[in-house]
Amino acid sequence: MDIRLTLSLVILVLPLFGFAVQLILGKMKTPADYVVDPHENPAHDHGHHANTADAHTADHTQPAADAPHDAIGTVTHDIHTAHSDHHYDFVVTKQRGEWTPADQKRAYSLSWISTAIMGICLALALFVAYKTISDPGDATKPNYYPKVQASTTWMDFKDLSTSSIKQSYTVTLGILADNMAAIMLVVVTLISFLVHLFSSEYMREPSMHGGRFNRFYAFLGLFTFSMLGIVIANNLLMIYIFWELVGLSSYLLIGFWYERPAPQYANKKAFIVNRVGDIGMFTGIMILYTQLGTLELTKVFDMLAAGHIPFGSNPWLTAAGILLFCGAIGKSAQFPLNVWLPDAMEGPTPVSALIHAATMVAAGVYLTARIFPLLTGDAMLFVAAIGAATAIIAASIALVQTDLKKVLAFSTVSQLGYMVLALGVGAFSAGIFHLVTHAMFKACLFLGSGSVIHQMHHSLHHLHDHDRDPQDMRNMGGLRKKMPVTYLTMLIATLAISGIPLFSGYMSKDEILAGAWAFRNISPTFIANAVWIIGYTVAGMTAFYMFRMIFLTFWGEPKASDIYEHIHENPRVMVAPLIVLAILSLWIPFGANPLNPGGGWFLSTWVKTPINVTPAAVQPFAGMAHEVPHEAAPEAKPEGGKAEAMAPFQETIEHEVHHLHSTGIPGVASLPALLSLLVAGSGILLAFLLFGRAGAKGQQVSWEAPRGIRAFLFNRWYQDNLYEKIFPVGLTLLLMKMLAWFDQNVIDGIVNGVGSSTVLLARVTAGFDTYVVDGLVNLLGGTAQFLGLVMRQIQTGRIQTYVVYVILGVVVLFFAFR
Amino acid sequence: MNNSTLLILITFLPLLGMLGILALPKNSVSVIRMVGLAVTVIQLVISAVLWSSFNPALGGINDPNSFQFVTKTVWLDLPATMLGNIHIDFFLGVDGLSMPMILLTALVMLVATASSWSISKNVKGYFALLLLLNTGVMGTFVSLDFFLFYVFWELMLLPMYFLIGIWGGPRREYAAIKFFLYTLAGSVFMLLAIIGLYYSSNVTPGAVTPTHTFDMLALMNPLNYTPGGLLSPLAAGGGLGLRFWAFLALFVGFAIKVPMFPFHTWLPDAHVEAPTAISVILAGVLLKLGTYGMMRICFSIFPDVAMTPAIMESIAIFGFIGIVYGALCAMAQKDMKKLIAYSSVSHMGYVLLGLASMNAIGFSGAVFQMFNHGTITAMLFLLVGVVYDRVHDRTIAKFGGLANIMPGYFFIVMIAFFAALGLPGLSGWWSESFVFIGAFRNGTIRIWTILSLAGVVLGAAYMLWLLQRAFLGTLKTREWENHLPDLTKREWAMLVPLVLIVVGLGVWPHPVLNMMNGSVNALVVFLQNHAVNTSTALNVLH
Repeated sequence: MDIRLTLSLVILVLPLFGFAVQLILGKMKTPADYVVDPHENPAHDHGHHANTADAHTADHTQPAADAPHDAIGTVTHDIHTAHSDHHYDFVVTKQRGEWTPADQKRAYSLSWISTAIMGICLALALFVAYKTISDPGDATKPNYYPKVQASTTWMDFKDLSTSSIKQSYTVTLGILADNMAAIMLVVVTLISFLVHLFSSEYMREPSMHGGRFNRFYAFLGLFTFSMLGIVIANNLLMIYIFWELVGLSSYLLIGFWYERPAPQYANKKAFIVNRVGDIGMFTGIMILYTQLGTLELTKVFDMLAAGHIPFGSNPWLTAAGILLFCGAIGKSAQFPLNVWLPDAMEGPTPVSALIHAATMVAAGVYLTARIFPLLTGDAMLFVAAIGAATAIIAASIALVQTDLKKVLAFSTVSQLGYMVLALGVGAFSAGIFHLVTHAMFKACLFLGSGSVIHQMHHSLHHLHDHDRDPQDMRNMGGLRKKMPVTYLTMLIATLAISGIPLFSGYMSKDEILAGAWAFRNISPTFIANAVWIIGYTVAGMTAFYMFRMIFLTFWGEPKASDIYEHIHENPRVMVAPLIVLAILSLWIPFGANPLNPGGGWFLSTWVKTPINVTPAAVQPFAGMAHEVPHEAAPEAKPEGGKAEAMAPFQETIEHEVHHLHSTGIPGVASLPALLSLLVAGSGILLAFLLFGRAGAKGQQVSWEAPRGIRAFLFNRWYQDNLYEKIFPVGLTLLLMKMLAWFDQNVIDGIVNGVGSSTVLLARVTAGFDTYVVDGLVNLLGGTAQFLGLVMRQIQTGRIQTYVVYVILGVVVLFFAFR
Repeated sequence: MNNSTLLILITFLPLLGMLGILALPKNSVSVIRMVGLAVTVIQLVISAVLWSSFNPALGGINDPNSFQFVTKTVWLDLPATMLGNIHIDFFLGVDGLSMPMILLTALVMLVATASSWSISKNVKGYFALLLLLNTGVMGTFVSLDFFLFYVFWELMLLPMYFLIGIWGGPRREYAAIKFFLYTLAGSVFMLLAIIGLYYSSNVTPGAVTPTHTFDMLALMNPLNYTPGGLLSPLAAGGGLGLRFWAFLALFVGFAIKVPMFPFHTWLPDAHVEAPTAISVILAGVLLKLGTYGMMRICFSIFPDVAMTPAIMESIAIFGFIGIVYGALCAMAQKDMKKLIAYSSVSHMGYVLLGLASMNAIGFSGAVFQMFNHGTITAMLFLLVGVVYDRVHDRTIAKFGGLANIMPGYFFIVMIAFFAALGLPGLSGWWSESFVFIGAFRNGTIRIWTILSLAGVVLGAAYMLWLLQRAFLGTLKTREWENHLPDLTKREWAMLVPLVLIVVGLGVWPHPVLNMMNGSVNALVVFLQNHAVNTSTALNVLH
C-alpha cells in the first residue's frame, strides 16, 4: 500500500487509540463542588451555578427561542419544573466517590496522551499532504480520480435473483489520498490538536469537567477518528458510517454537561434533526447502490460517465444528487435543517470550535464536494439556492444576538451557506478554499470567545455572582486592554471573515462572489441573480455583525466594571492556539499575492474542479453553452468517450470568473473584489458608527428588549417555534398520543372485546347448558326420581305387604287372562 | 458423536435437564439453578460446534440433500387407514435460515438462565418450565416435518403460559391468558392450513391409496400434490383460490407471533408482566419464530401466492405500519419496559419489510435483523430488569440521572440504546440498511420503503428521549439514591457477551451474513422459479 494511505490509516486509528486510553484509564468521580441545578438558565457555559428563581424571567431579552423547544423536551421540562425544591434535584454523587487532587493530577497527565497523539497525527498529516500535493497524479484518468486509493472487500455476497443487475454485491471499505482529503487531514488534525491544547486549561477546573475530564478527551478522540474517517473514505457507505459516528460524538459532547436540561435538549435535537437529513442521504445511497451495485465514488462516476444512469432516467439522477446533498443539509445546518447548530453551543466552547465550527459542520460541504461530479444542473441550482437561503437567514439573525457564542454560531451557519452556495454555482475550488480558511478563522474566533468566557466565568466566580451571564456581550466591553492577545487574534480572525485584503477570508470569499457573479452572467435566471445579490448582501452583513461583536466585547468602556476588574489574559497554553490560528488567518498560507486569490497556490494548484459526469442534456448550463461568448472548450469533442463526453461547464465557469477578474482596476483589484470590499467596508463603517465610536448609542441599544424586526431576527425568524408547533408537537406528539390511545382502546379494545364477548357467549351457553340442556336431563332425572319416590312407597320391606301385593296381582292376572 | 446427533442433543438436552430437575428435591435451589445453567452452556457449546462444521454454501430450503445435520426417521406410519397412508417423519435439519436462529436461541437461553438467578418463588418449577420452553423453541427451529414443527410450536405455549402466569407481575394472569389465547388462535389457523396441505399432498402419484405427507420439503414440490387437489399448485387456470386462503391462514398464524400490527397487543402486556428472563426469551427468540415460519413455510410452500405483487405490497405495508406505529406507540409509553416492548414491534416491522423485498439483500437483512434484534432487545430487557430489581419500579418519570449514579450501567445502556436506534458500527445498523436496500430494489414496495425510513428518525427520537429522561439529568425519586448500586458481577457477565456480539457484528457482520447467504439465495431463486406468473414477478422486481 502506498505510504500516504498507510499513514492516513495510522492518522485515522491513533485518535481511536486515544479514545480507548482515556475511556479505559480515565476515572469518573464527582468533584465536591460540582453541583448542578437543573433549573439553571441553559445559556451558560460553566459548571456550577445556582440561579435565583427570577434570573430567568428578569432577563427580558432572553429570547423565547433560547428555551428548549422541541416538544419532547417540553414534556420532560414539565416533569422537571414539577419539583420546586432545588436541593431535591441535585446530582446524587455518593456512589461515584470523591474527586481528589490526586485524581485531578492523574486525569490531567493522562489527557496529555491524547494531546500528544494529536500532535503526532498533525505531523503525519502534514507529511501526507506534502506527498500528495506534490504528486502530479495520473493525467490519463478523469480528474475525479484520487492520486491513490485502496479498497478492501468488507462483505461480498451473492444475490442470485434474476432481477439483479449484478449477481455479486460487494460492500467495500476503502481510503483515498487526494489533495482535498490531504488538506482536510491537516485542517482536522491541526484544529483538533489546538483544541486539545486549549482544553487542557479550559476544562481543567473540576467544576468545569465534573469529574469527567478524561471522558472529555475520549470523546474528542472519538470525534477526531470519525471525522478523519469521512475525510479519507473513498466510498459513500463509509462516509455514511463515519457520518453517523460524528453525529454520536457530537451528541456526546454537546451533552457533556448532561446534568443540566439545556444540553440534554440540544444534543437530542442535534441528533434527531441530523437524522432527518440522513434519511435523504441514505435514500440517495440506496438509489446508487441498487442501480449501480457499487458505492465507491470513482466507480460510481465511471459508470455514470459511461451512461449507466439510475433507472435510466435523468430526473432520478438529479434526485440522487439532491438526496445525497440532504445529508449535507443536516450536517452543515443548511436551511431548512439549520435549527440545531445554534443550540449545539450548549457544549463546552472548545467543542464548539472543533466540531460545530471548523470541522464536523463542514463535513456536509465536503460531502457535496465529493459527490460534485454527479450533480446535475438542476441539483446544483438547488444546492446554490439552499446555500444562499441559509447564508442570508443566519446572517440576519446574527445581526442582533447578544450572546457572544450565539453570534459566532449563526455566523458559522451563514458561512457554511456560503460554501454550499459556492459549490452550487460551480465555484468548487472557492468553496473548498473557504472551508479551509473558515476553519482557521472560525476556530480562532471560537477559541477566542472561549478565552473571554473563561475569564468572565472566573471573574463572576470570584464575585460569587450567579445571576449574570458570562457569555452575554452586555456584560463585557473594553476587554482589549485586559486581554490584548485574545483581542488581537480575534480581530485578525474578524478581519478575515469580513473579507478584508491581507487576510485569508478575502481570498476565499472573493472567489465565491466572483463565482456567483460568473454563474449569473452565464445563466441569468432568477435564482442565479438572487444568489449573486444575496452573496454580496451577506458579505456586508458579516462584516457588520462581526465588528459589532468586536466593538461590544473589546471596545468602549467596560459595561460591568466589577467583572472587568478581575479579568486577565489567559495562560499561554490557551493563548498559543489563538496565535497559531490567527497566523493561519493571514493570506500567506494560501498564496503569495494577497490581492490575487486565483493566483495563489490553493486555487491554482491544490484543488481542481472535478469534471461533471452527468449526461450532457442535464449538465449545468446545458443548452446555454452556445450563448456564452467566452466559450473556452473546443466544440468538436466527440460523444461517447469518458472524458470527452463531458460538457465543458467547468471551463465555462472558470473562464467567466477569469474574465470577471480582468475587469476593474488592472493589476490591483477586479470588479467582484472591489464590490465585495465596498460592501464589507460599509458594514464595518456602520458597525463602527453604531457600536464602535466613543459614546456610540449601540453600546446601549442592545440593552433594550427586542421589538418588531429585531424580535423577529432575535427569535430566529420564529423558525424554531414554528417547527416546534408542527413537527414534535403537532405531528409526533399528537400522533403518538392518538396512536397510543388507538392501540390501547381500539385494537386492544377489540381484543378484549372478543375476549369478553367470548366470556359472555360462554355464560349464555353455560346458562343454556344449565337450564335447558341440563334442565332436560334433570327433568328426566327428576321424573325418574319422582317415580322412584312414588315407587319407593311400594317397597316397604315388609313381607306381609308383599304377600298382599302378590295376592292382588294374582287376582288381577286371574281377571285379565280369564 | 456426529453432528446429526448433536442436533438432536441440542434440542432434547433441556428436556433431559427438566426431568433431572423434577427429580431433585424442591429446596436444593442452587443445584437446580446449576443444572439449568449447565444445560444452556452445553447448548451454546454444541451450537458453536455445529456452526464450525456448518457449510454456508449449501442452500437448503427445498432441497433435502443440501440440508445439514439431518435426521430423518419414521415417527408414525399407519398404512392404509381410513385417512390414507398416515406418515409422519421425525425430520430435523439445518440450513442457513435456521443456523443463525440456533445460535441466537442458545445464546439468549443462556443469558436468560443467568438472569433467572433473582427468581426465588418455586425455583424448581420455574427452571423446569424454562427448560421445557427451551426444547420447544429449539425444536421449532430445526424441525422440517410440519407435524413435528406444530408439536414443538405448541410445546412452547404451555411453559410460557405458566412462566408469565405464575412468576409475572400484578396483572400476570390477564397477560398470560391473553398470550395463550392469542397464540392458540394463530395455531388454529395454522392447523387448518396443515390439514389442508396434508390432504392435498400425495407423494406416491398414481398409487391407489394416496400417501399424504407432512414433510415440508415435499410440500414445496408441486409434483407432490394430487393434481387438481384442494391446495395443489397445479390447480387449473393458475388461479390461486384456496391456496391464497391457506397462505393467509398460515401467515396470520405466524404474524401473531411476530407480532404484526394489528395482532401485536398481547406483546406489551406479556412483556410488562413477565419476569425479566422471560421477556428476554420472548423478545429475543420467540418473536423470530413468526418471521422464520413465514420464510420457511409460508413463502416456501406457497411461492406462487407470496410472489403476487398484492401480497408483497401488503407485507410491506404492514412492515411500514409496524415500524412507524410501533415507534410512535413506544414514544408514548410511561413504563420503560412497555416502551422497549413497543420498540420490538417497530424493529420486527423492519423484518417484515425485508421479507416483502423478495430478494437476497432484503432477506439477508431480514434474517440478520432477526438475529440482531434478538441480541439487542435482550440487552434492553436485561437493562430494564437491572433497575427493576433494585427499586421495583419502571416508571420513566421517576428516574433520571442514572448516568452518574450507575456509570458502568450507563456505559452498557449507551451501547444498547445506540445499537437499537441503528448507529453504524453496531450490528443493528447493517441489518436495517440491508432491509432498506433490498426493499428499495423491489419496485412494488419502493414507496413503502421510503416511507419506512421515517422509522430511523422516530427510533432515534424515542430512544434518545428515554435516555434523556431516565439516564441524564438528576434522579427524580430521591429515596432511591442509595438503592441503585452499579452492576453486579453477574450482571456484567450477562451483558458483556451481548455487547461484544453487538459491537463485533457491527464492525464485522460477515460471519452471520455469510452463514445465511446460500440459503437466502436458494430461497430467492426458488421463489422466482415457482411463482405462477414468473414474468409478472420479474416486472415487479425491477
